Amino acid sequence: MQYLFTLYADESGWTKMTPEQQQQGAGAYAAYTEALKAAGVLKSSNRLQPSSSATTLRTTNGKTQVLDGPFADSKEQLGGYYLIDVPDLDAALAWAGRCPGVGHGVVEVRAIWSMDPATQKYEGEASLAAKK
Amino acid sequence: MTANPWSGAQASITADAVARRSYGKLVAFLAARTRDVDAAEDALAEAFAAALADWPRNGCPANPEAWLLTVARRKFLDALRNSRRTEPASDELERMVEGLAAATDEREFPDQRLGLMFACAHPAIDVGIRAPLMLQAVLGLDAAKIASAFLVSPATMGQRLVRAKQKIRQAGIPLRIPEREELRERLETVLDAIYAAFAEGWIDASGTDVARRELAEEAIYLCRLVTELLPGEPEAMGLLALILYAESRRRARRDAQGEYVPMAEQRVEDWDTATIEEAESLLMRACSLDLLGRYQLEGAIQSAHVARCRSGRANWNEVVQLYNALLSYAHSPVVAINRALAIAELEGAQAGLDAIEGFVGDPRLVEYQPWWAARAELLARTGRREEAQHAYDIAIGLERDEPVRRFLDRRRSAVIG
Repeated sequence: MQYLFTLYADESGWTKMTPEQQQQGAGAYAAYTEALKAAGVLKSSNRLQPSSSATTLRTTNGKTQVLDGPFADSKEQLGGYYLIDVPDLDAALAWAGRCPGVGHGVVEVRAIWSMDPATQKYEGEASLAAKK
Repeated sequence: MTANPWSGAQASITADAVARRSYGKLVAFLAARTRDVDAAEDALAEAFAAALADWPRNGCPANPEAWLLTVARRKFLDALRNSRRTEPASDELERMVEGLAAATDEREFPDQRLGLMFACAHPAIDVGIRAPLMLQAVLGLDAAKIASAFLVSPATMGQRLVRAKQKIRQAGIPLRIPEREELRERLETVLDAIYAAFAEGWIDASGTDVARRELAEEAIYLCRLVTELLPGEPEAMGLLALILYAESRRRARRDAQGEYVPMAEQRVEDWDTATIEEAESLLMRACSLDLLGRYQLEGAIQSAHVARCRSGRANWNEVVQLYNALLSYAHSPVVAINRALAIAELEGAQAGLDAIEGFVGDPRLVEYQPWWAARAELLARTGRREEAQHAYDIAIGLERDEPVRRFLDRRRSAVIG
């Protein structure tokens, strides 16, 4: 199963760090990424530009609005993600627990809803509909 | 198959007996790879319905469990194939279909109930639904029955159970026994859920509420299952001992008139000796494994109470020591309250009150009946009558068991003098 880790943290924490601390922090992420690669479970990962650079779109009264800033204005902002492929939630949680993001923020673990490339249908959707 | 046709009633009795023994085994087997507990339960329900139609006509199969597995597996695979007409077949699903279909010897299929229990009590499952989920998935109790025991509406309980099963499937929670390094920690959540089920069933002291009494029995069954499937785990034995001690006094908790009798006033002859002996030997075996834990300590406290009541020799010093040790494992106000009551026996009521002084005003205890009852008792013994009456009032107001309410009311009247 594929799992997406979304990493949330207080961005102001980073700017308050000394260059040495920032280097150390970046090193921890690099090492973690290497470990995921070496285990053969990493699908992709990226760090995002600061949330102040975000642009949000939504439609109000039939009109699409483009707004400056992130969707959620919270203390912790989305700062990056990892997409991994492991057998089950326990394995995913074991990896998430090693993520440096847990030390200074929050890591959310979500299973990917897999889709069959041939039929373009999502797994379990039909049975869900049948239950209702 | 035997030649004699059965009556519908006999078939239903056998189906019930098999259900109790095999339900969780069959669910765990079917859901082990797909993690689809719901689909496994649906297939089993169809298999049981088929049994009730078939067995009265054709007689009881020699191996009812194997019969049910064959039918349930077919229904399960049918449902899987049907859904696959519109859904993709992942490689893993394909393998599992083949694996299930290839298993020809149905007399001996693996018992994966423990894996199912670990999934039900997984840290990713909301703590409040773990016990109900286990009761349903492992024992096949229906949502309405569980709901009535846990005092919530059947619709709400049904929804919460569906959501929890969805979480197992969608989040990919594995149905298996955790790795060695995690085992102890994860076992704790399984034991906590079993204890929660037992405690819920224990509230009805008179045993007149059938759903609740059965819940206590089911919890004992689950706990026995854990000790059988995971032998050598001292905390599992400790919990089984703890709940057996409580169970052994079920009858003694009421007098002939149905009035509540506190432990100190119970007739030792009314206790179930065989159950106590089983608890004692479990506790001894657990302690010999030299890995102390919360449930063993709670069991040991029960054992000390039994020894005192039987011998008439005060052993409050030992009880206080055990509570001190327990506090280091479970630093909860509930433990502190019981410890204070033991201290009161050893050093007087004022010492007991002093021991819980720090919890006065604790918001967690505002609606906790034992806190108010214990405080009332200790206040009364130190002669602080007005405060005692006030505490009794609140304790009575919070109690939902009628005989216990009457008992507290008698105590309250005694304080007024």
